Amino acid sequence: MLANLLPNVEWDMIWAATVETLYMTGVAVVATFILGTILGLLLFLTSKGNLWENRLANMIIAAIVNIFRSIPFIILIILLIPFTKLLVGTILGANAALPALIIGAAPFYARMVEIALREIDKGVIEAAKAMGASTATIIWKVLLPESLPALVSGITVTAIALVGYTAMAGVVGAGGLGNLAYLEGFQRSHNDVTFVATVLVLVIVFVIQFIGDFVTSKIDKR
Amino acid sequence: MCMITLENVTKIYEAASGSITAVDNVSLQIKEGEIFGIIGYSGAGKSSLIRLLNGLEKPTSGKVIVAGRDMANIKGKELRKARQEIGMIFQHFNLLWSRTVHENIAFPLEIAGIPKETRKKRVDELIQLVGLQGREHAYPSQLSGGQKQRVGIARALANNPKVLLCDEATSALDPQTTDSILELLVDINKRLGLTIVLITHEMHVIRKICDRVAVMENGKIVEQGEVLQVFRQPKQEITKRFVQQVVEPEETKETITHLLDKYPNGTVIQLTFVGEAAEQPLIANVVRQFQVDANILQGKISQTHQGAYGVLFVHMDGEKEEVARAIDYIRQQQVAVEVITDAR
Repeated sequence: MLANLLPNVEWDMIWAATVETLYMTGVAVVATFILGTILGLLLFLTSKGNLWENRLANMIIAAIVNIFRSIPFIILIILLIPFTKLLVGTILGANAALPALIIGAAPFYARMVEIALREIDKGVIEAAKAMGASTATIIWKVLLPESLPALVSGITVTAIALVGYTAMAGVVGAGGLGNLAYLEGFQRSHNDVTFVATVLVLVIVFVIQFIGDFVTSKIDKR
Repeated sequence: MCMITLENVTKIYEAASGSITAVDNVSLQIKEGEIFGIIGYSGAGKSSLIRLLNGLEKPTSGKVIVAGRDMANIKGKELRKARQEIGMIFQHFNLLWSRTVHENIAFPLEIAGIPKETRKKRVDELIQLVGLQGREHAYPSQLSGGQKQRVGIARALANNPKVLLCDEATSALDPQTTDSILELLVDINKRLGLTIVLITHEMHVIRKICDRVAVMENGKIVEQGEVLQVFRQPKQEITKRFVQQVVEPEETKETITHLLDKYPNGTVIQLTFVGEAAEQPLIANVVRQFQVDANILQGKISQTHQGAYGVLFVHMDGEKEEVARAIDYIRQQQVAVEVITDAR
């Protein structure tokens, strides 16, 4: 029955592509979360009136973030080819997509982190200082926990964007559902393969959104 | 012994529109164990002043000594250590919403590096002290304003500080809750011998709990002294206005005008009581001893931390000489008398 409706779909190929997409998204989300949080913290801490206020450092970080956020992802992949080759040794396969995915998504997430941190009541930071907290304590015990719901909903949005990015990366040889939809589906006019790949991408996006919303509502005690 | 000494402290903020002198050459001494109030309208510089005491702000010039430490010149670890000995509570409580009551109170103990077991015991003690039993595992969003401030107080006391700074601590609370928080502060002051410095714009707060008060205007301290003394003889115009906030019933002026119109005969007098005099049956004695009629028109007696203070408006009718003798008698009872001839 299913084989009749979807004559060209080879399920082991689909499964392998899904795993690749999940792998790329998963690694990229984790790395983006770490890198983006660090960048976002730096953006916040160096801004006016904050703990490490420093105009020059703030301008430099903001410039880097803005540049990488503005480059269209498909162009970023091409620009990063030499870098990827140096780092991963190849420009094909799931691992080769990771540098571009992370560099593309981290600045995007860093801005969300910065916004989340700015939402924290200044009074709470002042109270921690008045208690004799060090900057490290303020970061770990005030800034991150107090902005956690916003950080989680931000990484949810970023993760969904990353699923889209993996599909784009797939077109230029990174594997995954995007690659499958393009090579097997589009190039060979097997619309059923494209359809199945699309449905799977949608399922992944819905699941990410569901998990994100669930976690956010659990940790938000405001 | 002086817990806090300020010597010629000035704080200037450099802003794009020019420099602003928030604290202007302030000298102040606060004794160990006293409750010291600083009153002023918003913008008078009192928030800057209180933040100089725990080094959240650094003075542009002058000396700030708190518990033997020079707060203006210490940095890093030493400053953080000093701050652990100075608790602070805030108008908007500034609790961490991501932590429960218990975890919020434990936070300063974590900063001080207290081991977990000791921390738990200390937090339980503090919860008892501020009367929050049963709410340990609630989040701040589930508490009322008064309860939040109790958490703030417990948190400020966690590391057994020598000084407690109160930054408009009751300004966001309703009158009843304000009173209960003030009572808690007095209780803590008595029990722990803690020095309390509070800033406020409400004379009511000063009257209720302070031993001494300083009045701030445009960054300067324009008047300071014992609370009762300041109530009795306010020197500056601004102080008089603050004192009126609590002692004079509202619409006093209108009432007096009305009274003078209504009683063209006889005399309207204003009596000012301080301390013990407020507790004697003065009017009854006057009526008994002199041939006068006394009609109480309006009055208010306020309790300060050091004694009562009150104002009474009385209409007295009778023979001129008899009224004059009655007034003399009242004067002898340590009560200030002012004959009102117009509504000022």
